[in-house]
Amino acid sequence: MAQTITEKILARHAGRSEVEPGEIVMCKVDLAMANDVTAPPAADAFARMGVEKVWDRHKVALVASHFVPAKDIATAKLMTRMRSFALEQEIEHFFEVGRGGIEHILLPEEALVLPGEVVIGADSHSCTYGALGCFSTGVGSTDLAGVLALGEIWLRVPESMKVTYTGTPGDWVMGKDLILSIIARIGDDGASYMAMEHTGPGLKHLSMESRLTLTNMAIEAGAKSGIVVPDALTLDYVKARQAENDRHRDFEVVASDGDAHYARELDVDMSAAEPMIAKPSLPSRSVPVSSVEKVKVDQVFIGSCTNARIEDLRMAAWVLGEERVAPTVRLMVIPATQRVWLQANHEGLLDLFSRAGASVSTPTCGACLGAHMGVVGAGEVCVSTSNRNYVGRMGDPTAKVYLANPAVAMAAAVAGEIVHPADVRPDAPARAEALVG
Amino acid sequence: MRPLERRPSLARAWVYSDNVDTDVIIPARYLTTTDAKELAAHALEDLDPQFAVSVKPGDVIVAGHNFGCGSSREHAPIALKGAGVGAVVASSFARIFFRNAINTGLPIVTCPAAAESIEDGNEIEVDLAGGKVRDVTQDLTFAAEPLPEFVMGLVRAGGLVPWVRARAAAGEVAAGPRGGVVS
Repeated sequence: MAQTITEKILARHAGRSEVEPGEIVMCKVDLAMANDVTAPPAADAFARMGVEKVWDRHKVALVASHFVPAKDIATAKLMTRMRSFALEQEIEHFFEVGRGGIEHILLPEEALVLPGEVVIGADSHSCTYGALGCFSTGVGSTDLAGVLALGEIWLRVPESMKVTYTGTPGDWVMGKDLILSIIARIGDDGASYMAMEHTGPGLKHLSMESRLTLTNMAIEAGAKSGIVVPDALTLDYVKARQAENDRHRDFEVVASDGDAHYARELDVDMSAAEPMIAKPSLPSRSVPVSSVEKVKVDQVFIGSCTNARIEDLRMAAWVLGEERVAPTVRLMVIPATQRVWLQANHEGLLDLFSRAGASVSTPTCGACLGAHMGVVGAGEVCVSTSNRNYVGRMGDPTAKVYLANPAVAMAAAVAGEIVHPADVRPDAPARAEALVG
Repeated sequence: MRPLERRPSLARAWVYSDNVDTDVIIPARYLTTTDAKELAAHALEDLDPQFAVSVKPGDVIVAGHNFGCGSSREHAPIALKGAGVGAVVASSFARIFFRNAINTGLPIVTCPAAAESIEDGNEIEVDLAGGKVRDVTQDLTFAAEPLPEFVMGLVRAGGLVPWVRARAAAGEVAAGPRGGVVS
């Protein structure tokens, strides 16, 4: 029977020749991940499961990302709980402050997630890893504890939605704009319980960074997972990360059969795409930024697992140029990982942002979830490169959050209001030069 | 002789719309604890400040589509359970919240007809074993969608923790080539 990439990966991890959407299978897990919010309850649940040691200490990643550096005594306690669990279980991949960053950008950089694998993360944006051609999904802490104990998890095989890209993206269009426009088309639960599979001839124009943004926001359409069928760019990326980390593990490149069954198919003509912005308070309220009336902005946040990679910072820097942050705006820039921070520093981007009047911080999820490092106040308007603009997500419930790509976000920081990036910087960057570093 | 048959206690319906996300169920600023009572004090406060102060044990949340979308925080079902919520009845649930509710013992009922019909403040009875939702105020009864058999097995086992404990005790840890269909 013809199978999708997702069905093939799950079948192989369930010891089966094939699986069908809707059936529930036990799948072996290649990597289990938790962060400082989800690891402590997972450690507690694990203790109640009567198992002494995690099933494989080499296949667990614990990443300090959310309330880091600790903002108060309560969050310091979360960190110490995660740290003591990591040490007592001799977890090989434990990333402390200063040596890690946001897990969804960190693990691909570290070559810890590879094509064809099954990755389970105790964080909803664990769907991000699918950009490398693996099955990856988010769960809660108790489910993660079950994986730590057994090395496997029950999964309902998802139906697949096929998104086919054609054309070449125009100026200022990034992965963020494509996924926001898809969510606007299908709704906040338009891919509910499904695997959102991204494919088509247009994909070759999308950098790994943009692809990681596509899969990152699968959850904002209710999807179980997002996945990109690996191509030459994927393999170049993965091999380079393996060499950089001297971390070599075999992997399997899996592709969908041509006649595989899809529950739904969507076509995306990238040449017609525009920079988008999601109005408060749902990602599905995305519209072309050119259609938005000017809205005054109090804070701009360039960061999060969605858009804080080097490509994103380069794009933001391009829009900023020699301009300054508008006097009425606070701009927070948070590079996603230590590597991204160092690279941005090396390229002079952090200096550029700082001189323009931005606050640049150490890697953390921070402001995205209203945790710290940029909590938004009552009635304020924030343009954010993150993934959720729900009520209260970034701070006060009366704040209004707009989601956009880093070019749109930086344009708002410079103009002091929501504008098209071309209104601030008439010339778009040459794609090869600015977007693929 | 049996004492007088006790009428099942009536619960109030707290009705909300589509896409009630886990950030409004329990905002991230309270994720510094996993204590159910502490979390319960802030349950739904950004959506309905009256909820946490007025909810009574056994009350039922009734909502539209995609209940529990967003973050994977298990603190969300723990907060609702800690607030005494007897069940959440919704047209549909986001999948991570669905798993978390099963794993933390918060009863959830998928029932679009009930979700569309029940009005805020109505008196509700939820029969979990029988899969029925009754709107006493309107004198209407709705049949809930059954849980998958595998998930019912988890519920019968007492949740994921005892289920895993039993499998681990039986030596069913993924060391060798194993796996397969379970339902």
